[in-house]
Amino acid sequence: MPTVVLSSGSAGQSFTGGQTEFEVEATNFRRLVLELERRFPGLGKQVEESMAIAIDGEIFQDAYAAELKPGSEIYLIPKIGGG
Amino acid sequence: MAKTYVSTTINGESSEFLCETQQTLLDVLRDVVGLTGSKEGCASGDCGACSVILDGRLVCSCLVLGVEAEGKTVTTIEGIANGEKLHPVQQKFLEHAALQCGFCTPGLIVATKALLDENPNPTETEARYWLAGNLCRCTGYDKVIRAVMDAAAELRGETVG
Amino acid sequence: MNYVDSGLKVVGTRPIRPDGADKVTGRAVFAADTRAPGMLWGKVLRSPHAHARIVSIDTSKAEALKGVLAVVTAADFPDIRSEEAFVGEGPMNFRDLALNCMARDKVLYEGHALGAVAASTQEIADQALALIDVTYEVLPHVIDVEAAMAPDAPILHDDMFTGGVDPKPTKPSNVAKVVTFKKGDIEAGFKEAEVIVEGTYTTQPVHQAYIEPHACLATYAPDGQIQIHSSSQGHFMVRAYTAKLLGVNLSDIRVNPAEIGGGFGGKTLVYLEPLAVMLSKKSGRTVKMQMTREDVFRASGPTSGAWMEVKIGAMKDGTIVAAKQVLKYQAGAFAGSPIGPGCMCGFAMYDLPNVHVVGYDVVSNRPKVAAYRAPGAPITSFAVESLMDDLALKLGIDPLTLREKNAAKNGTKTHYGPTHQNIGFTAVLAAVKSHPHWKTPLKEGQGRGLAAGFWFNIGGESSASVHVNEDGSVTAATGSPDIGGSRASIGMMVAEVLGVPATTVRTIVADTASIGFTHVTGGSRVTFATGMAATQAAEKVVEDLKRRAAQKWDIPVEAVEWKDGAAYPAGSNAGAFEPLDLATLALKAARTGGPLIAEVSLNAQGAGPGFGAHICDVTVDKETGHVTIDRYTAIQDVGKAIHPSYVEGQIQGGAAQGIGWALNEEYIYNAKGQMENPGFLDYRVPVASDVPMIEAVLVEVPNPRHPFGARGVGEVPIVPPMAAIANAIRGATGVRLPDLPMSPPKVRAALDARK
Repeated sequence: MPTVVLSSGSAGQSFTGGQTEFEVEATNFRRLVLELERRFPGLGKQVEESMAIAIDGEIFQDAYAAELKPGSEIYLIPKIGGG
Repeated sequence: MAKTYVSTTINGESSEFLCETQQTLLDVLRDVVGLTGSKEGCASGDCGACSVILDGRLVCSCLVLGVEAEGKTVTTIEGIANGEKLHPVQQKFLEHAALQCGFCTPGLIVATKALLDENPNPTETEARYWLAGNLCRCTGYDKVIRAVMDAAAELRGETVG
Repeated sequence: MNYVDSGLKVVGTRPIRPDGADKVTGRAVFAADTRAPGMLWGKVLRSPHAHARIVSIDTSKAEALKGVLAVVTAADFPDIRSEEAFVGEGPMNFRDLALNCMARDKVLYEGHALGAVAASTQEIADQALALIDVTYEVLPHVIDVEAAMAPDAPILHDDMFTGGVDPKPTKPSNVAKVVTFKKGDIEAGFKEAEVIVEGTYTTQPVHQAYIEPHACLATYAPDGQIQIHSSSQGHFMVRAYTAKLLGVNLSDIRVNPAEIGGGFGGKTLVYLEPLAVMLSKKSGRTVKMQMTREDVFRASGPTSGAWMEVKIGAMKDGTIVAAKQVLKYQAGAFAGSPIGPGCMCGFAMYDLPNVHVVGYDVVSNRPKVAAYRAPGAPITSFAVESLMDDLALKLGIDPLTLREKNAAKNGTKTHYGPTHQNIGFTAVLAAVKSHPHWKTPLKEGQGRGLAAGFWFNIGGESSASVHVNEDGSVTAATGSPDIGGSRASIGMMVAEVLGVPATTVRTIVADTASIGFTHVTGGSRVTFATGMAATQAAEKVVEDLKRRAAQKWDIPVEAVEWKDGAAYPAGSNAGAFEPLDLATLALKAARTGGPLIAEVSLNAQGAGPGFGAHICDVTVDKETGHVTIDRYTAIQDVGKAIHPSYVEGQIQGGAAQGIGWALNEEYIYNAKGQMENPGFLDYRVPVASDVPMIEAVLVEVPNPRHPFGARGVGEVPIVPPMAAIANAIRGATGVRLPDLPMSPPKVRAALDARK
């Protein structure tokens, strides 16, 4: 099961009571969101709408199918825009 | 308010129009005559995007009244090329990629022509100070100045083929 | 398919851009260049007060004025409930966007729009504005970020409770949220450190200062069909935001992308379009609106001003063991400063074991900030890169060596979590070391500064279609407005895939009804994401061409290869057929299956981050405090330069904006919170005589996720300049300037204070 870390200390933490690392049984980003929403209501929506996922260093934004492997390093960080 | 009838020469052609006294030459060119190549960037003479040549003198057309064009000759960006043939300044701007968004480009090209008409052999410093009245936010001026110096050389007949 | 190591014939060359002739002859059409029969001029009524309640608005006299055909206020727009969306650049709260476009109940900054008129001439429109009677209850205002955080500060929003704080506060505040990033153990890190340096820094808000003011035309037809002609960084964003603010269907709006005269992030949202549409609806005519330069400064988004504190601890050999930063960013009147990226970018270039960063998003009575080239990063890097220089000085280590020693490499874990992969920072630093500028001896009185920079770059949704016309020429259409020459690079990638010269491909920007959804031109994404879509579309066309050749030759399609713009039998076994070029196959397209077209829409992932390092030599006039930039070199990892001239252009332009940010640009406010320098005379951007040639050095570490290896390049170059210049000034004078801009009076005062 991959371990997911909630990187931006504030936005997600208010749903999890301070916990920032989770083991999840999810093989892609969408399933991760569903599981986080199940465990911490409101968190999944927060993650999906305002966060990006970095899998083994590569940042994915708006990508349900982004694959999570058991050994992957997975971080949830704020979404990135640009100018 | 009654409009004023103005008779002038724009880009080598006779032109006549009616305009309000308070309308700037820039407004007249864009909204009355229909030459939209000169741009409004600030309407206060600080950015040079509206540059035209009035009786041989480089001016910000936003600081000139339309009625002041009476009996004078005006050269705008639309008059720089010779029909289909681009002026060397225009050609060099393209070759050197001296434009990105292109909004300041008409003003810069007109100002460059005015520079080279007066001083065919400017130094880089002279070119930079002459063009200091033409703001560009995209290029950092590097390729613009290269294009200007290269166009000057070509106009002097110095460019190796 | 990946072309990174293949022999490229078009990509990497410098053809003349396809829209070039239009741009140098004045023919290119920007939004303000358009007119329509019977059109009206729209103008905006703006608040003279920095903070006030709108007690009443009476538009009757304005409506009665001859020549005025429509007047609108907030009452004409839907009252949007709060909803976040990521359609433009950065999360956009639609309620805030709606209120920013048209104030309701309260005005929150000088210049805040609260009404608009449409009239037959500009003069009548101006007169009408003067006839709108507004009763204001002026409230105390606050401008600076620290003042806005003070306990007794005037509160802008009664419903703003600081997010990211536990327990949730009950008292409203001007702090919209707090964000925190941690790695390792910061206390332990500082205990271990042998040398500690710290500093406090401030930056002022600066405007993107595009030379073209915002402009648009809008037509609302009797059947509810809306046409908008607009200069923006994204016409799909214009469509989406306008639809949201007006409560209409997206399919009822068609947005035509006019040429855009600069954006840099400032045109990734709307100001005028919803107003123009509503005025058109009420008047039954096309309405044209353009901001004056004053309006642009008073009412469109600059980037944040900031207050920052940085502390770095290192061992005597230069290894950094602890890094701490507190950032307070100004969001303007509504929440949404780039505090997140600000917190992430400052230390992103370094491999640090213990990091603690805290950031505050703070509102104050200024225009709502908009994205500006690598939003948040230039500000944080000004502080971090200045302190790095002080650390190098204190350790007695060369500033380049200090960066090399701590540089992020492939496999470095960032402080915000993810591990860097396929990055080019060490290559950039090596290029600094070997560049003649770094070794050139300084003249008497000169100082040299070095600073580094980082930006994520983004991918996102793009659509592109490639059509082979009946004569074999090619049209490539995308949904990406061209701000800096992207038509050229898109066309070049298509030409490379098709194996034809760049001039065979004509690239256009298609409107919202004619091409698939495309995210904004920003975030350094177009060459990456739209380039990827265009490349894939061209590859589909090639597969189709091979199929048609196979059909003509009656051989299996596997036996056909495509190269240099023609189909060839793959090997002598396939048959001795003469090659079929693009023109020949295109002519017979109807018989072989129909038009030769492919469109690809994708959501590009894998945008690789960019790193840069700038070297700057300055001379400081000790009498006037004037800083002259004597020499400037900007080195950046660009992945693969598709059209090197336009890549260099991005680097030079970004550096020049950074130079202005460093030395001159700032907003000057009077005691009433009104901007005193809303024009280019006193808001001083760099002019041609302010800067030398800017040497752009392109380091190419290909991004494996792009077919040609491209990385975004546009934003990184604005990140290093301010610290590079501050460090150079310190080198020249021995004085550290921690407050931007480092304008002549400030430099002179600092030199005097040292005496």
